[in-house]
Amino acid sequence: MILAAIAVLGFSGLPVFLFSLRSAMGQRLAAVCMVLGSVIGLAGIAASFYEAVVPTLCLPWFLPWGQFVITIDIISVLFLVPVFIIPVFGSIYGLRYWKQSEHLENGRRLVFFYGALAGSMALVVVARDAVLFLIAWEIMAIAAYFAATAEDDNPDVCRAGWVYLIATHIGTLCLIAMFALWLHATGSFALNSAQGISAGAAGTIFVLSLIGFGFKAGIMPLHVWLPGAHANAPSHVSAVMSAVMLKMGVYGLIRMTALLPVTAAWWGCVVLIAGAITGVAGIAFAISQNDIKRMLAYSSIENIGIIMIGLGLALLGRSQNQPEWILLGLGGSLLHVWNHSLFKSLLFFNAGAIIHASHTRNIDQMGGLAKQMPWSMALFVVGAVAICALPPLNGFASEWLIYSGLFHTLGLGDGPGFPVAAIAAVPLAIIGALAVACFVKIFGTVFLGTARCEPVNDAHDPSASMIVPMAAMAMGCVCIGLFPMIAASWLDSAVKLWVSLPEQTVSLTTVVRLGWITKMNLAFIVLVAIIAFALKKLVRTKVISEAGTWDCGYAQPVTRIQYTGSSFGQILVNLFAFILWPKIHFPAIRGLFPRVAHFKIIVPDTVLDRLVLPLFKTAGRNLPWLRVLQQGQTHLYVLYILVILIILLICGTIGV
Amino acid sequence: MTDTIIHIFLLLTLPPLLLGVINKTKALFAGRKGPPVLQLYYDIIKLMRKGMVLSRTTTWVFIAGPVVTLAAVVLAGMLIPIGQFDAPIAFAGDLIFFAYLFGLARFFTTAAALDTGSSFEGMGAAREVTFACLSEPALFFALLVLAKISGSLKLTTMLHSSTSAFSVAMAAPLVLVSIGLFIVLLTETCRIPVDDPNTHLELTMIHEVMVLDHSGPLFGIILYSAAMKLFVLGTVLLHIITPFQMNRMWLNWPLFIVEILGLAIVIGVVESVMARLRMRHIPYLLVSALLFCGFSFILLMRYYK
Repeated sequence: MILAAIAVLGFSGLPVFLFSLRSAMGQRLAAVCMVLGSVIGLAGIAASFYEAVVPTLCLPWFLPWGQFVITIDIISVLFLVPVFIIPVFGSIYGLRYWKQSEHLENGRRLVFFYGALAGSMALVVVARDAVLFLIAWEIMAIAAYFAATAEDDNPDVCRAGWVYLIATHIGTLCLIAMFALWLHATGSFALNSAQGISAGAAGTIFVLSLIGFGFKAGIMPLHVWLPGAHANAPSHVSAVMSAVMLKMGVYGLIRMTALLPVTAAWWGCVVLIAGAITGVAGIAFAISQNDIKRMLAYSSIENIGIIMIGLGLALLGRSQNQPEWILLGLGGSLLHVWNHSLFKSLLFFNAGAIIHASHTRNIDQMGGLAKQMPWSMALFVVGAVAICALPPLNGFASEWLIYSGLFHTLGLGDGPGFPVAAIAAVPLAIIGALAVACFVKIFGTVFLGTARCEPVNDAHDPSASMIVPMAAMAMGCVCIGLFPMIAASWLDSAVKLWVSLPEQTVSLTTVVRLGWITKMNLAFIVLVAIIAFALKKLVRTKVISEAGTWDCGYAQPVTRIQYTGSSFGQILVNLFAFILWPKIHFPAIRGLFPRVAHFKIIVPDTVLDRLVLPLFKTAGRNLPWLRVLQQGQTHLYVLYILVILIILLICGTIGV
Repeated sequence: MTDTIIHIFLLLTLPPLLLGVINKTKALFAGRKGPPVLQLYYDIIKLMRKGMVLSRTTTWVFIAGPVVTLAAVVLAGMLIPIGQFDAPIAFAGDLIFFAYLFGLARFFTTAAALDTGSSFEGMGAAREVTFACLSEPALFFALLVLAKISGSLKLTTMLHSSTSAFSVAMAAPLVLVSIGLFIVLLTETCRIPVDDPNTHLELTMIHEVMVLDHSGPLFGIILYSAAMKLFVLGTVLLHIITPFQMNRMWLNWPLFIVEILGLAIVIGVVESVMARLRMRHIPYLLVSALLFCGFSFILLMRYYK
């Protein structure tokens, strides 16, 4: 217990060390500190398993409200593991990717806030008091802001940072309201089970937490900050933000629903619908983009959608008293939290390597990197297959659980059903098919074919300190993909902590046979090996000649005539035009000798660019009289505070 | 045990015959003599004996495409029951594994197509992934219907119960599902009206254009796995549309062979009497498959209410 607390503290404090240093030493030292912190943290987690009771620590607290209470239960542990693992690999990756000597002006700031981000996330998941939680939450939000806007001389980065800052604070505002209600309903800030509170209060708290945490997690209409912030942050920061920080929103939602009594079916339905919309729209937007990091960011939104579908299923199971739905839904969604943090950080690390090599984020200017970057390419295949939820890797294991749960809601055999929920399997299938399209597009355009532009030609595989973190993530994907049962007992106890199941004999391993996943995946790999071996034997004696791509006999192919990412996605963009609203610039071609024409397709974020920003602009134009209050003089603001306090005092005395 | 061996034997040897039957039917309709029924076997054997030409642009992904596809299709074939016999591999939830194996095959086929850097192959890949986005939800609606009718998540039980526990109330949903699944089958196996395997214009192809650069044994593997995919999906469909069985168990094997060849003839007839749809109209066909399966699900829910 105490060990874990040390780790948490160590985490946030240690990177300060390097403040005195400008050389590479500082950064290395910070990375060493991160490794140390994570080792202590993981040791703390291991130690917490050997304690009979759930370890809790209370410390004296300087504020008049709340207490300093931290607890490590199994739900915290499940979220702590990625917090302790991903940022460490990110910092090792950063040694080479964001070299201190190449980024004198922002290197140290990045390293400091990167560490603070990791530490505050660890604090968020162990805090068991609303005030402490909010403080950690705010540190996390601010640290992420400063880490993501490392290149703040670039206007795009600044804009993305602003959008993020505003969005995250609207979310925090909802959380403050939510915790105020919580205080009102339960009488304390302590985050302990509140089964006794009224259904109305519970419902309101649930909705507020869905919105507040939804902003962080990126549930669909609330995702506005996510693509810009992820695209413009340094790649290892994007990796941590996408792989770990988004999950803090998921954690908050899971924690709050664990504490609240779930009675109504609409909770589950709302989350299920939100998840389905988030998933399908997220991946549809991902396909329509050309910036590799924006694509990955939108695909994170899609994965949050999948996690939400699982959570919605579990909530539904709780209201209907169906242990199987709860186990499969929550188990699947928690496993997907892990899986997504593995393959998404792998892909973001990889994207960083690609950008390093090609000096652009636009995939339409890349191509043919496979020959120059064979390792990155192989690792990208692992990440892409995993994120498309294809067997034999880990994404499939978690989606399989969620699918099984959704099929259970049909009411198989004599069991009771909620067949409307089962329809969610269909959006999940659409997500799966679209994910394949999206990642084939990225993979094919970036790595395959031939180079579309000149600068890509000097590309090369990154050095070991960037490859090793990717390889570690890929190993994780393979391990969980082949042996998902290693996580089963953890998931099982997490689900049982989330809700006390009526029959304690039911567990994840009795509901589904995860062993079959292992057997089938191994069978598949063996089959591929046999076929490949047979093919090799077969062609050994044959003539294998090399030639140019046949291309239907076209004798002089130019690299420019290759299919680009935009053209690859165009049919799908047209198909989903009702969500995407693409801006298509398509000049009419007239006459026998038409002039040079350019086809262009841009898909702005529907919510941000078509709704939120115009709304803000209109508000700014039409509501200038509100600015009367905003004078920019500090003493005036202090006066406002005084006036309001006096009004409150009067209200309090009369007893309104 | 014997059944498993027969299952594997049929799965590995029968598929090319289906394409022979389809082509023979088409030839009969066109008043031609047509190639021999065993032509695809000859083709595959011939290709296996040849060398290969590899494009300088390509990487290992180009070879992984056909290899992974064949492995995925064979494994999918092990998950479906043939006729009245159980599948060699069956577990609760295998239906999802079955569907995602085809996804995996699609990932590597389209990646291999993009590996050549040819714009024709890019077009084919783009079309393939796009149409899958519409056929996949139809397939999952169909799976939901079958799971509800059978009360099981095992393909073996799901497909058997649609034939054994047949009641009149199930008829309407099952008819709708079989129409939807038939369209999915035509799409996934690239037959007319979605794709024309014999067209001469690369611009209008889907599947064939993705494999333009594959040659020799690799192309043989592709032809073989395409035939096997037809066999596997056709077997799934047969469970729903032909609920017949013989009173002697072993007689069900010949019965199945007759049935699947009959299905091949039906596909051949469909190909003969229909024209290929224009590329931009294919999504409408697939949406109609989605609607068939979706309405079937709603009907079924109505019944259980």
